[in-house]
Amino acid sequence: MKIYGVALLAACFLLGKLLGRLLGHILDINSDIGGVGFAMFLLMTSSIYLRKKKWLVLETEKGIWFWSAMYIPIIVAMTSTLNVKAALSGGVLAVILGICATVVCMFMVPLISKIGREKNIDSQK
Amino acid sequence: MEIIDNVIGKNGLVFAFLCVGIIILFSTWVSKYVTHKKIPGVAIAIIIGLSLAFLGNEKGISNIPLFAGMALLGGPMLRDFAVVATAMSADLSKIKQAGLAGLVSLILGVSVSFILGILIGLSMGYTNTESLTTIGAGACTYIVGPVTGTALGASSDVIAISVATGVVKTICTTICTPLIAKKIQLDNPHAAIVFGGLLGTTSGVVAGLAATDEELVPYGALTSTFYTGLGCLLCPSLFFVILRSILM
Repeated sequence: MKIYGVALLAACFLLGKLLGRLLGHILDINSDIGGVGFAMFLLMTSSIYLRKKKWLVLETEKGIWFWSAMYIPIIVAMTSTLNVKAALSGGVLAVILGICATVVCMFMVPLISKIGREKNIDSQK
Repeated sequence: MEIIDNVIGKNGLVFAFLCVGIIILFSTWVSKYVTHKKIPGVAIAIIIGLSLAFLGNEKGISNIPLFAGMALLGGPMLRDFAVVATAMSADLSKIKQAGLAGLVSLILGVSVSFILGILIGLSMGYTNTESLTTIGAGACTYIVGPVTGTALGASSDVIAISVATGVVKTICTTICTPLIAKKIQLDNPHAAIVFGGLLGTTSGVVAGLAATDEELVPYGALTSTFYTGLGCLLCPSLFFVILRSILM
């Protein structure tokens, strides 16, 4: 049943958020430290485990896939509720940073793929 | 008119589903027929979303009672829930396929974007650690930015800047990839894996690679699906703590 998938997702989500909050508490920062990341990691590992056990059937997975497909629509809804008027002064920052981050990362491609390729050749020998 | 207001007012979330559906339908159409898939529909939809926010004030369009449901649909709870669900498409067993170069590119991709965000943010006068971390996270992708910002309690306008940064990155990646592909030797699966890990914006990587060489798309997607998760894990935790200790 689809609800099993949604429940699994909810369990991972809450556990991840809890871990994030706990970590924040330990570090004395009053915020969620990496909760979503932990939750994603939990979902990845638990789904692999459950798949191996053959407990994760397609119908269950569909419950998770639905929410996975909803993330773009939800992001669109979120952007329409942001305080953009106050952010307008930062528009220049967004454009400069967006372009810089893209270009710098692109020019790192030949560098890093070189390292990897040498390793590949080594392993072939 | 009053009856319509009443129906929508009491079913705000459902009305938000309809609104977002129409926005995405329209942006997909624009992407396909006006920009000839040169700009992904997702990026157009987000730009429409950001422009709609101008109709309201500090809470964007949800300041208008008719559209109050948008705040429910786009609120942090449902957003984080849906973002976590996307981890299903990132198959951990496939990370081995990406190899060491894939892993290095992912970690470097997130770190370099984040550091650039901090440096440029600092130079533009942002000094608050939460804001800087959010801007740095926005330089990763338009998801990592708001997830980090909400977790750390950054203000809505800084979150808006981080989303806009991510969208600029997506559009820039889509447009620049086919133009720059030869120069950066992006012509084989191995380079595509590295490319996906460094850029990370899945919609930008997929659209950019499709315009360069269709066969490279799955390789770029392989690493970029891990990027947002890694960003959501590192930015509000390790990176934030490191930045806080440097700035303090």
